[in-house]
Amino acid sequence: MPFSQDVETIELELLLEAIHRRYSYDFRDYARGSLKRRLWHRAHAEQLPTLSALQERVLRDPDCMDRLLVDLSINVTSMFRDPGFFAAFRADVVPILRTYPFLRVWNAGCSTGEEVYSMAILLQEEGLYDKARIYATDINERVVARAAAGTFGLDRMREYTSNYMQAGGKESFSSYYTAHEDQVRFDPELTRNVIFAQHNLVSDKSFNEFNVILCRNVMIYFNRTLQEHVHRLFHESLAMFGVLGLGNKESIRFSGHESCYQELHEEQRLYRRVR
Amino acid sequence: MDSGLVAIGCSWGGLSAIRRLLGRFSSDFKPAIVIAQHRGVDSSARLLLELLRPSSALPVSEAEDKAPVAGGNVYVAPADYHLLVETDGFALSLEQRVQYSRPSIDVLFESVADVYGEQAVGVVLTGANADGAAGIRAIKHHGGTTLAQDPSTAERAEMPAAAIATGMVDTVATLEAIADHLMEICRPPVQSGGAHA
Repeated sequence: MPFSQDVETIELELLLEAIHRRYSYDFRDYARGSLKRRLWHRAHAEQLPTLSALQERVLRDPDCMDRLLVDLSINVTSMFRDPGFFAAFRADVVPILRTYPFLRVWNAGCSTGEEVYSMAILLQEEGLYDKARIYATDINERVVARAAAGTFGLDRMREYTSNYMQAGGKESFSSYYTAHEDQVRFDPELTRNVIFAQHNLVSDKSFNEFNVILCRNVMIYFNRTLQEHVHRLFHESLAMFGVLGLGNKESIRFSGHESCYQELHEEQRLYRRVR
Repeated sequence: MDSGLVAIGCSWGGLSAIRRLLGRFSSDFKPAIVIAQHRGVDSSARLLLELLRPSSALPVSEAEDKAPVAGGNVYVAPADYHLLVETDGFALSLEQRVQYSRPSIDVLFESVADVYGEQAVGVVLTGANADGAAGIRAIKHHGGTTLAQDPSTAERAEMPAAAIATGMVDTVATLEAIADHLMEICRPPVQSGGAHA
């Protein structure tokens, strides 16, 4: 008997279909390799032998779906990841932002908030924070709540401090947090102009007009179709001459929107909307 | 995807091993070569490419997210990302380190096995850990071809030895012999009744 598709591919697609129909989360256009690893990670954690078994549990147990959603939405990042990006932002974007009376920044796919705090600190040091609103969104409410809490592991602070210095930090990094045992809590003042909210890049629409959109290392988890969809959403949401910041290894070349942007900084993937 | 993909994993001592290996390939090598090398989080891509390019007859670049995988090219995984392949190009990921490594050789190999099946080739070179062994299993499981550097000729023997210990490595050889073997098996098949390639 000839087989037209392998069993695992069928199971994976049925699982994604089930999640979409039951919970309205659409992972069907996520990049398959990484998605499959995460689904298997959840299956193993639940001690289930197949993706079909995971499908059955996810369908009947919303708590299991919650746990899976955490697996699918948490990405391991750090504050001031790629310090060169933040240094370039200070040098090339901040002068543009100074000319605006009011500033809206969208941090799309903020995960546990490392980048939100990095950007808040940068804007504060550049004297722009008071006129700024940062909209920090993620697909997962629980992850957004973690970002809003502003607590991070003490063990990461040495790395973050080094990143912060390389990114052109102007203060002592430790002045932004207080340590309690193995955790640190960032100064709540840093989030007084941050709006944390649940937003799904796959299915939700534009909700404002922004001067800056940061979406770094989020679309690496999407396939090209979904990436183009999100680029359309960003193009609609970005004011003319607004700035788009991507991850260091993400290029606008494969986005379908290359012609709408001018490079502000090629190496650091900062682009300015020009049409 | 027609001409297959050769995935190479290396760690400790990897740079000089890759330079020697790439130096053997002629410019008509058809498959794409994709390299996952363990290196420092901050290590410079530009420097690595500058070190590799002079020794390679094939063009060498750093893999970018969503970029197509083109045959006859050498791609290097960016530092501090996992590199995977999809049916329509490369994909990067910031999942947890696997066996303390990002890029992880296992993550690359498993995705190559999934997408390229029998057209996948996995090669494990020098290194001081066991990354790549699970990946070799995946490639073999999907009908691909597996090779490892002869541990006695590797700067660090642990990684190729762990790959070989899976019992799923087809060929164990020196760097030069690995390159020659790959050139041999990846030659386009002779057409029936046709001229020799």
